[in-house]
Amino acid sequence: MSYSTKSPWILHYDASSCNGCDIEVLACLTPLYDLERFGIINTGDPKQADLLLITGAVNDQNKGVVKQLYEQMPEPKVVVAVGICACSGGVFRECYNILGGIDTVIPVDVYVPGCAARPESIIDGVVKGLEVLENKLNKMREGTL
Amino acid sequence: MTQKYLKLDASDVLGTAEKLHEEGYRMVQICGVTKNGYSELLYSFDKDHDLVNYKVDVPFGTSVMSITPVYWAAFVYENEIHDLFGIDFMDSKLDYKGNFFRMSAVTPWKGKDHEEGA
Amino acid sequence: MGKRTIVPFGPQHPALPEPIHLDLELEDEKVIRAIPSIGYVHRGLEKLVEKRDYEQMTYVMERVCGICSFGHSYGYTSAVEGLMGVDVPERANYLRIMFHELSRVHSHLLWLGLLADGLGFDSLFMHCWRIREKVLDVFEAITGARVIMSFCKVGGVRKDVSPDMLRMVRNVCDDVEEEVRKTSGVFMKDSSIRNRLCGTGILTREDVLDLNAVGPVARGSGVENDARTAEPMYRNLGFEAVLRDEGDCWARCIVRVDEIFQSLDLIRTAIDTIPSGEFCAVVKGPVPEGDYTFRVEQPRGEGFYYVQGNGTKNLSRARVRTPTNINIPAMVKALQGCDLQDVSMLVITIDPCISCTER
Repeated sequence: MSYSTKSPWILHYDASSCNGCDIEVLACLTPLYDLERFGIINTGDPKQADLLLITGAVNDQNKGVVKQLYEQMPEPKVVVAVGICACSGGVFRECYNILGGIDTVIPVDVYVPGCAARPESIIDGVVKGLEVLENKLNKMREGTL
Repeated sequence: MTQKYLKLDASDVLGTAEKLHEEGYRMVQICGVTKNGYSELLYSFDKDHDLVNYKVDVPFGTSVMSITPVYWAAFVYENEIHDLFGIDFMDSKLDYKGNFFRMSAVTPWKGKDHEEGA
Repeated sequence: MGKRTIVPFGPQHPALPEPIHLDLELEDEKVIRAIPSIGYVHRGLEKLVEKRDYEQMTYVMERVCGICSFGHSYGYTSAVEGLMGVDVPERANYLRIMFHELSRVHSHLLWLGLLADGLGFDSLFMHCWRIREKVLDVFEAITGARVIMSFCKVGGVRKDVSPDMLRMVRNVCDDVEEEVRKTSGVFMKDSSIRNRLCGTGILTREDVLDLNAVGPVARGSGVENDARTAEPMYRNLGFEAVLRDEGDCWARCIVRVDEIFQSLDLIRTAIDTIPSGEFCAVVKGPVPEGDYTFRVEQPRGEGFYYVQGNGTKNLSRARVRTPTNINIPAMVKALQGCDLQDVSMLVITIDPCISCTER
C-alpha cells in the first residue's frame, strides 16, 4: 500500500442531487461511520484530492463545473459516482434538465448504487476506489498509463 | 382546510395585490400551469391561515404586471415563471432577464399552441 | 468610502453543502447588496406528472429533497387525498405526524451540526450528527431506509407500526432528549458561539412580514407563522408555536433547539394516544377534475402543495412551494449591511435547501 492509498483525500461535489446522498456522504465522516479512520480527509481543493465523489446527475449548468474539477485533480485520480442519480440519472432520468449519469461527462471508476446510497455502501465504494487508485499508481510507475 | 379559487383578469393582478397587501395578506406563492394556447397562473395569499387563490389566464405572447412593487419577495416566482413559461412580467423591481434558472431547454413548461392540437 | 467590489460566493463553498451562488457587492468589508442566482440543481421534476401517475408521483415528490423528504410526501399525498375525497384513517394520521416530527428532529440536529461546522466548532458538529443517527436508526428499523423512506402513500401509510416498535420509538425520544439537553447547552451558553450569533443578521418583525418569510426565520423574529397551528390534529396534541423576539442568528438557532424538544413531546403524546385500526384507506380510480392546496409545516417552514387533476390517472400539475423559496428574499435582506465574515453564518441560519428550491 502506498502513501496515497493509505491517506487518500476526497473532494465531494453535489451535481444536482436531492441532498439525500450528500448528507449520507457527510454522515460517513461523523462518529458512527468515521471514514477518517482510513486516513481519509474531506478537502475542498481539487488540486489536493485523490478521489472525486460525485452525487446527483449532470445538467447543462454544472457539466462544465464537473469537467473542470476533474481536470484540476492531479493524476492518478479516481471518480466515485454515489447514488443512482450519479450512476444513471435515476428517477430524474426523464427530466428535461438532466443529461444523465456522471459518465456522460467524465470517466467513472466506481458506481455506488442506492437511493439514497447507504453510508456502508459509500464507504465500500471508496475502499474499492482505493484499489483502483493503487492500480493506476502502479501503472503510472511502470509507465503504462 | 377550505379551498377558495377566484377567477381574475390579467389586468387586475396588480390592483388586487395592492388591495390584499393593505388588508394584511401575506403572499404565499405564484404557480404556473401548462395549458394549450395559454398559461394559467395561480396566485395564493394568506391571512391567519385563510388561503385565497386567484386563477389568471395568460394567453401566449401577452404579459402581466409584476406584483414586486407591492410584494417584493414575488421576484423569486416571477423570474422562475418567466424562465419556465416564457411569460413577461412588466415593471419588475428585480428582473433577472431570463438568467434565474439556467437551463438547456427554452421555456420547457410552455404548452402547445391551439393549432398543434390538444 | 471605499471602492465597490463584487465578490462571488459559491457555488462551491466550504460553508455550503449545496450549490448556491451569491454576488456580494462590497464596500470595504461591508456587504451593500447581495444578488442570489440559482439553477445549479434544477431538475424539473414537477414536469414528470405527465409521465407518472399520481401514485408514482409520491415517490418522485419525495425526492425533491433528501432531508425533508417525508414532509414532501406527506404534503403531496394529503393534497391528492383532498382532491379525491379520501378519508385517511386516524391511525395513519398519527403515524404520519410521528414521522413528520421525527424528521423535524433529525433535520434540526443536522442544521445545528452545520451551524457548528460553520462556526469552526468541529466536535460540536460531530456530537449533533451522532445524536441524529439515533433518529435515523428509528427510520431504518421501521421502514428499512435512512433518509428517503417511501412511508407515505395516497390513502395512508405503507405499513403499520407494531406496539413494540412504538415503545422503541418512545425510548429513543427520551434518549435523544437527554442528549440534546446536554449538547444544546453549548449553543445557549458558550461565549464564543454567542459572540458570533447574538446581534448579527437581524431581521425585524416588519422585515419578516414585508418579505413573507416563513418557518424558524419568521418565528425567530416573533412572527407566529406555523402551519401546524391551523391543523386540528396538532391542536389535539396541544401544539403551540415556539417564538423568540430577538430576530438575530442566535434567536433562529434557539427556536430550532426548542422545537426539537417540542417535537419530541409531540411524538410521545402521539404514541400515547394513537388509536388502533386501519393504517391505509383503499384508493381507486383516476383523480377527478379540480384543484386542491395543502400546507405542511416543514422543518424549514411552511411548504405549499398544489395539485390539479384532469379526470385521468395523471395530474395536470403538481406544485410544491418550498420554504427556502420564500426565505431567499429574507436572506438577501439580512445580508445587506452585514460583514463579509458573517455571510456564511447568515446563509446557514436561514437553513437554505437548494434542491428544494429548484426542484
